[in-house]
Amino acid sequence: MNGKPKTDTAKKAAVSLPTKSRITLKVNGAVKRVEVAPWTTLLDALREHLDLTGTKKGCDHGQCGACTVLVNGKRITSCLTLAIMQDGAEVTTIEGLAEGEVLHPLQQAFVDHDAFQCGYCTPGQICSALGLLREGKAKSPDGIRELMSGNICRCGAYSNIVAAIEQVSQMEERGDEQ
Amino acid sequence: MNSFTYTRADDLTMALREVAADGAATFIAGGTNLIDLMKENVMRPTRLIDISHLALNEIKSSSGGGLQLGALATNTDVAYHEEVERRYPLLSKAILAGASPQLRNMATVGGNLLQRTRCCYFYDTATPCNKREPGVGCSAIAGFNRGHAILGTSEHCIASHPSDMCVALAALKAVVRVTGPAGDRTIPFAEFHRLPGDTPNIDTNLAAHEIITAVDLPAKGFAEHHSYLKVRDRTSYAFALVSVAAALEMDRDTITEARLAVGGVAHKPWREPEAEALLHGQAAIRERFERVAEALLRGAKGYGHNSFKTQLAKLTIVRALSQAAFGEGH
Repeated sequence: MNGKPKTDTAKKAAVSLPTKSRITLKVNGAVKRVEVAPWTTLLDALREHLDLTGTKKGCDHGQCGACTVLVNGKRITSCLTLAIMQDGAEVTTIEGLAEGEVLHPLQQAFVDHDAFQCGYCTPGQICSALGLLREGKAKSPDGIRELMSGNICRCGAYSNIVAAIEQVSQMEERGDEQ
Repeated sequence: MNSFTYTRADDLTMALREVAADGAATFIAGGTNLIDLMKENVMRPTRLIDISHLALNEIKSSSGGGLQLGALATNTDVAYHEEVERRYPLLSKAILAGASPQLRNMATVGGNLLQRTRCCYFYDTATPCNKREPGVGCSAIAGFNRGHAILGTSEHCIASHPSDMCVALAALKAVVRVTGPAGDRTIPFAEFHRLPGDTPNIDTNLAAHEIITAVDLPAKGFAEHHSYLKVRDRTSYAFALVSVAAALEMDRDTITEARLAVGGVAHKPWREPEAEALLHGQAAIRERFERVAEALLRGAKGYGHNSFKTQLAKLTIVRALSQAAFGEGH
């Protein structure tokens, strides 16, 4: 980690491909077993192995937040963790938020406030907002903006995104059911 | 990403044994920097030893009245820890000035210390970079170097250290606890990171197969008089152009102790104890702060795109000291 010299690529080519590992993830409440290579990210495991394509691949470098999911209740960028590292973890994706046909309050608030244009960043925005509400650190619109800064919206729907999150935050403070 | 094998370490002994057994193995914890570098083919370990499940995430009181941060405590754990917020708000603010909530939920104390520079040439394997490949040259010196260092550079490398947390840890005189084949040892924070010199490929003084286990905060936290002032291209989720951690102890208007660490300007958080000493026993006035800033920045050298940093650093130091002395409105 501390600047080891580069490995010899020619030598590396002779190394046989590592075998895949069977891991278990509890995704949106359901236990899922998948076989992944060591280098499969959690994002790719969700999209390519479990067909949960709601979680989006944007930059694939942790800079845009489109791949945000909750792991053991905390929001993370799923492109920067390996699936194999999350063996045994509980994962919540955008597919796990609605209850049947009833949208999650955050999903409903995004609809109410027209908090998107193209919609590509939206699953990440909503999962990130869910994490933000659970953390309970954002006390104002400015606080929401700061603590949502890991989610980029190239359409620029930020003002409506903040309004949507603020609505749910205020609902939760009042103790509303919906 | 290259092909590699993966081992989850059950305990510290296993982690040290596994990493020593394979010269091309590396530890992975939060992964926020390493996986990114692996995707760019900048780092190509053939084996990952996952230490993220080791019991090194505790934050606890230490002997001598300080606080010990486990190496695997996340940035979020540390920044919002009650004792850190109360006794070391400088550290809390520095951490929250860096990265995004998602990354802070993953990134660890130890990983923050070991993160690599964000120099665009270090990341671009199509360009020469002495840090990536010693001896091939530095593309940044005559290239796009707006984010690069102005202090402690060498003809081989002008990369800057990207951490906010480390700037606060430098000002607090934290101590890094490590263990490895030769046993346990401690490294004062100022000696942990290196200047590039003629070995820019080596970022830190961590020895081969050593692992960080904790970072100790001394008892003195400067909770009353401190400031972490970060200047960047946008006000959130961006690396510092210049950042300043200022910590003062005051007796009414007189400064009795001063610490100053500057980020974004060197290969490591930059401290100049002689400049800090100019504040001891002095009144907290702007003219004095300017002299201190000039002393700290003595020898600063720009490389074109980053030449503005010398003046920016001076102004940021003066403002951070004013904020530390008189409050955030200053």
